[in-house]
Amino acid sequence: MKNKKIGVVVFPGSNCDYDCYTAAKNIIGCNVDYIWHKDSNPGEFDAIIIPGGFSYGDYLRCGAVARLSPVMDVVAEHAKKGKLVIGICNGFQILCEAGLLPGALYMNKKLNFICEYTNIKVEQTESPFTSLCKKGQVLNIPIAHGEGQYTARPEVLDMLENENRIAFRYCTAEGDVTEEANPNGSRKNIAGILNESGNVLGMMPHPERAVDKKLGSTDGKLIIRAIGEWIV
Amino acid sequence: MKAQIYVTLKKSVLDPQGSTIERSLKQMGYDDVASVRIGKFIELDINSDDKAKAETQIKEMCDKLFVNPNIEEYRFELL
Repeated sequence: MKNKKIGVVVFPGSNCDYDCYTAAKNIIGCNVDYIWHKDSNPGEFDAIIIPGGFSYGDYLRCGAVARLSPVMDVVAEHAKKGKLVIGICNGFQILCEAGLLPGALYMNKKLNFICEYTNIKVEQTESPFTSLCKKGQVLNIPIAHGEGQYTARPEVLDMLENENRIAFRYCTAEGDVTEEANPNGSRKNIAGILNESGNVLGMMPHPERAVDKKLGSTDGKLIIRAIGEWIV
Repeated sequence: MKAQIYVTLKKSVLDPQGSTIERSLKQMGYDDVASVRIGKFIELDINSDDKAKAETQIKEMCDKLFVNPNIEEYRFELL
């Protein structure tokens, strides 16, 4: 893994960058570098993580200003080559704003900021991010967001479903996808989606916060380890 | 010249802020309020008198930055 490199993008206001860096470094064991958002030529990476936080203070809309940063051209180029991009929380919002993923995330249905462990059901295991999970497996991973309600036009939602691009859905501990288990009102209980070719994942839950028993769960490791196995 | 831009959630998108404020208004006794939608108001000062150019540029600004066409729509006035 010594010759593999993961990049963690840092915007002004990112606050999960260190967690992502540490999780990637400890779990995958490869080189990890931060990429400052103004860097338009940071070199090549095997995978890029866009971490959570409040880039540009969430001004205007979450991710609306961040997506104009020079680094986003780098991310788009990287994704076009079929290499891996994972956007977590604010990273998911930025990927949607940048058009690398369809749809949008906006204020939670009940308006409150929710910081709690959620259960998410793995809906497909063919992607580079979910390959170590079992189909239907329930992962216990925390969310921390005020604007995580996923929405898209009905035809886009149908497309995501038909093309097997819904990676995760909020569910009960038993794996039932119900309205009660949906923390933010997301359409179809969506917690994470993939792009058309499956190499870009956006998810609201934070796998990097569920990598140690002391943190309450180690289920996030499955996603991070899967990235490591894919890039070998 | 001034441009005043109004950005609102599309009718098809639920507005959690609007529904909360609607309930508050009812609680305050304003029973005639049928619904509330909340949006953004953006005002620009423009150093030009060329209305056609301003219109084109504002449309661009809305499409590229001010508005997320997945969930929002906009209208604007030049004064």
